[in-house]
Order: sequence, then C-alpha cells, then structure tokens
Amino acid sequence: MAVLRALALTMTVTLAVVLQVAAFGHFSYDGVVPNLALLVVVAAALVRGPEFAAVLGFAAGLAIDLAPPADHVAGRWALALVVVGYIAGRVRHDAGTSAVAAVVAVAASSFIGTSVFAISGMMLGDPGVPAAEVLQVIPVAVLYDVLLTPFVLPPAMLLFRRFGSRQVAY
Amino acid sequence: MPAPAPRQRPSRKLLVLLLLGCFTLITLDVRGGEDSPVNPLRSAVGDFFGPIEAGTAAVIRPVVAVPQFLRTTARLRRSVARLEADNAALRGELATSSVARNRAAELDGLLATSDRTGYSLVPARVVAMGPAQSFSSTVTIDAGTTSGVYPDLTVLNNDGLVGRVLRADRSTSTVLLVVDRDSVVGGRLGSNMELGFLRGRGTVGDEGKLDLELADGAVTPGRSDVLVTWGSRSGAPYVSGVPIGTVTSVVSSPSRLSRQAAIRPFVDFTALDLVGVVVDPGTASDRTLIEAGTPMRSTGEED
Repeated sequence: MAVLRALALTMTVTLAVVLQVAAFGHFSYDGVVPNLALLVVVAAALVRGPEFAAVLGFAAGLAIDLAPPADHVAGRWALALVVVGYIAGRVRHDAGTSAVAAVVAVAASSFIGTSVFAISGMMLGDPGVPAAEVLQVIPVAVLYDVLLTPFVLPPAMLLFRRFGSRQVAY
Repeated sequence: MPAPAPRQRPSRKLLVLLLLGCFTLITLDVRGGEDSPVNPLRSAVGDFFGPIEAGTAAVIRPVVAVPQFLRTTARLRRSVARLEADNAALRGELATSSVARNRAAELDGLLATSDRTGYSLVPARVVAMGPAQSFSSTVTIDAGTTSGVYPDLTVLNNDGLVGRVLRADRSTSTVLLVVDRDSVVGGRLGSNMELGFLRGRGTVGDEGKLDLELADGAVTPGRSDVLVTWGSRSGAPYVSGVPIGTVTSVVSSPSRLSRQAAIRPFVDFTALDLVGVVVDPGTASDRTLIEAGTPMRSTGEED
C-alpha cells in the first residue's frame, strides 16, 4: 500500500509538472500558464495538513526547478511551494469547508507562491526581473489558477483522500 | 466533505528542515555557477521528464490543431487568393533582383574559404515551454545529444533566429530564446552593415521585443531595417547571417552614448513548433540532417 501510495503521488506530481509546460504552453496568456503543481499542493494541504503538503510542495517544486525547460537557480520553486503548502495547511480548517473558501485559498496560495518565487529571484538577481513585470504577471497567474481550480482541485482532493490515512504518509 | 481532524500544532521542525533544504540547494546552485553540483541532478531529471514531455506534446498537438479543421471554405479561398497575390508580387521582386542576387552569390562563393559550404540542421519540435511565472523564456526541444545537439548551438526556424541551446540531455535539450532577459545576440543592420547588441526584454507575448544598442553612436537605424546575426568565431553560440527582426522604433537619449532601437523579431515565440539546430556538416545524428547545399542567406533552402 505504501509503495502504491508513493507511486500515485509521484505520478500526480509528474503529470502536473509535465502538463504545465508541455500542454498548457499552447493555451498561455502572454506566456503565463496555470500552475498545476501549486494546485496539487493546495489540494494536499486542504486534505492532509501542513506537514504532508510542505513535503509534497518540496518535491513538486524540485520537479519544476529541475525538469526542462527550467533555467533558474534550483530550489526556488521548491521554496515557494513549501511555503504555500505550509500556509494552506495551516488555514485548512477554515478553507476546507466550502467551495468559495477553497477558491480563496487557491488565489491566496497562487499569489504567495508566485511572489515568493519572484522575490527570491530579485534577491539572487536571477535574472533581474523588474517589479513592474512581476506585478503584471502575478494577477494573470492568480486568475488562471482560480479558473482551473474547479477542474483540478476536486479530483486531486479525492485522490489524496483515497490514498490518505490518518497517520502521515512520508 | 468529512470533518477535518482535530486541530493540532503542525511540526515546526519539519518546516525548518525543508526550508533549510531549499536554501542549501539554492546556495549550491548559485555558488556553483557553470559547473554547479546540481547539474548532474538536472540532467538526470531532464532524461526522465524529457521523453514524457515529448510524448505529451505529441498527444496534445492534434488537439490544438482542431480549430484549423473548422476553417470555412470561404476563408480558405480568401487565404488562397491572398497567397497567390503575395506569390506574384514576390516573383516580380525576384526577377528584378536577380542580378544583384547573382553578384551576391559570387561574392559569397569567394568568401567561403573553408570547405564548409553551408549549414546542416537537425530538425526538432518544441515540446514544452517555460511558464512566464518563472520569468525566463526557455523551451524544450525533442532532440538531444543522441541527435548531435550540444550546448551553444544556434536554433532557428522558417522565420528567423529562435535562440541557442543552453543544455542538452540525452533525448531533449533546453533552448534559451532570444527574447529572454539573459540573452545577448550580436546583430548586423542590413542596410549599412553596422554592428550592435540585441538584448531580450523577457516577454514572449505580442510586445515581445528586443532592444538594439548600436556600437557606433553616430549611426541611426532606419525604420523597418532588417537585422541579421553577426556571428561568432566557429559559429558558437550564433552562426552569422540568420535574420532576427526589423526595427520598429528608434530612441536616442542624451544620457547614453549609443542609440537604442526596438526590434520586432520575425519569429512568433508563442507559436513555436518546428525548429532546426545548426550543427557541423557530418555530425553523427540519429535523425536525418537537413543539408543546405549553399549558404542559406542566398538560397533560403534551409527549411
């Protein structure tokens, strides 16, 4: 069961990362695509809590950082998604109760995740992105993530509930 | 939804551990620079994700093409009429410029001192595009080291210069687009052969423009002047003579020594599909190389 669970998690994260770069590139708005990995991490946080979501966020972020065509310093998306998983997991008792609350959680997570990534880039100068461009990209990213929420969050939450036990799985 | 588990304090230790992991990784990668210890990991992950991305792109491509099937006959007819008119105009232009073209071809022949007669291209398709949320403009192509693709090779398509190979894994490689903020390309103005440097603005959308800084401050580039690559020694990272884009506006500010011009690239970076990687003729590759018999700028047979 533990092996099956790990396999399902790996496949979910891989699918999210691959679809994000290989499929949604065709439907991007000025290059902005929905951050499916972030949605999966939020779903995990709402179902399983901050510890599990932070670990999953680390793994998913690492996948985004290292899978082609990523070219930024490795560890930046991992950092962003660890923070997202932890925070979303902390507020899950409020957010896990209604659809509206879940959507708000996704919007907040998307904002926090993209911002943490952008700020880490500014601090490292990798590359030196002007704040004006960051402010242009973030609203589009948040909107796109919210639009995809009804299609991604329920199946992902169902999956985590199915493969979830009360004790934590890592 | 079932009632959530009773509230309990999440473990701080785990969070701190994960954050430290992230910071360690970032530090390793930043300090390492070109030969960072993360690179072997990167290429291993690339070898895993590359084929999956290529497979996904192959599945998605027909789905994306569906709207094209739904074009009406009337629109196709209009399109044919327009293309025929274009064709006729181009034919006329070709006839009048044949003398100049022949002379240019002769000069090219004189200049080709090496036995290298033209560029060879490894054909490849774009299978993945980096999200704008990552603030870098890179794509994955489905040709890697087994096809003869290595870092610092020029990538182009039908329309012009696309970018250069940044990293090559076994079956895929990562291409840095010329519109990326880290990309600098040497360019040459078509009208007066002046040299300059093109920098990307980091956006791939409609306003995805390049900034040109000319080496000679006294030169003013003309509007709709064409830029081609200037080329580097032994063709890495950019071979010479590949069209890049046209000048759309010129700005001169007293605070800068040189003139700035905005360049609109010929390539549509949001709709990249088939590209070619320029390799040495005779490169060992697992796919058929496209050989151009003569330098591409005089024949345009590279596609």
